[in-house]
Amino acid sequence: MFALPLGFVAVGGIGFYTILERMESDKYDPHALPSPLIGHRPPAFTLPGLNGGAGFSNTDLAAPPRPMLVNWFASWCLPCAQEAGMLDQLAQTGLQIWGIAYQDKPDATEKYLSQYGNPYTRLATDISGLTAINWGVYGVPETYLIDKTGIVRWRWAGAITNDVLEQGLNPLLAQYS
Amino acid sequence: MRALLSLLVLMPAIAFAQTVTRDGVTLTVQQEQRAEVIGDQLRCLVCQNESIEGSSASLAKQLRVIIRQQVVAGASSKSIMDYMVQRYGIFVLLKPPLSKLTLLLYASPFIALVLGFFVAWMARRSRVAPPAPLSDMDRERLERLLKS
Repeated sequence: MFALPLGFVAVGGIGFYTILERMESDKYDPHALPSPLIGHRPPAFTLPGLNGGAGFSNTDLAAPPRPMLVNWFASWCLPCAQEAGMLDQLAQTGLQIWGIAYQDKPDATEKYLSQYGNPYTRLATDISGLTAINWGVYGVPETYLIDKTGIVRWRWAGAITNDVLEQGLNPLLAQYS
Repeated sequence: MRALLSLLVLMPAIAFAQTVTRDGVTLTVQQEQRAEVIGDQLRCLVCQNESIEGSSASLAKQLRVIIRQQVVAGASSKSIMDYMVQRYGIFVLLKPPLSKLTLLLYASPFIALVLGFFVAWMARRSRVAPPAPLSDMDRERLERLLKS
């Protein structure tokens, strides 16, 4: 008679345990949102570069020769600094990473890049943060994978760790290259 | 009398012209109320259990500004909600719409009810029949035993 409710409690318990276990090992983030941009091109934008440098626009992302990343970052963002080493490492493998500084003072961005290294092939600045809203960015760092046809295939909110690289990014890079 | 009359004529205009400024956008009281209704239904993506209206995150403030600008521009509430969903997905809605993804969520009270009835039925079925009432002789014997 108690078998049924007991069974439900057990199933629930196993469910909760699995969620906690996966959260612990960084395989599941309950706060991560699926990006509506996946499967689509980035929205139209034109952003200036840093301190008078050349920026880029959505048309520059229309057909990259190889899959590439767009990384949103800011000098005031701590996880961005933690991610900097990883981005440098990725850039050295020949992966193009284009950076967009989000709601950041240009001088602060410049200082940040000289301090933590500049992995970006091209750099743009979204000082108002309005382009970020059109992309659905809700925090920095955020990284988007764009394939050769200019379509967004992956979005990662938060710093890219080794696990994220191995389980998320690398398989997709292989798939779309 | 004349002043009073002109005041009476002007009153609706004065009432309508009453404006408020929220997050740097100036709008009429009615527009602000509509903006608040919209913002109350949207999730702040930074602190995920707060609404955009209630959150002090800078992204929420920016989205409040966008809502108000669109309200002032005359956009319908639905088109403003669509604007948010297009960018952030249905997760931005505090009340998720009924879809394939949320079907289980909406069905869960009914599933729980059916399960409850099932468990109650099982419990009823397996209940042991109560013993027959004591006869007079048995009762006397019980009393004797209890007293001794």
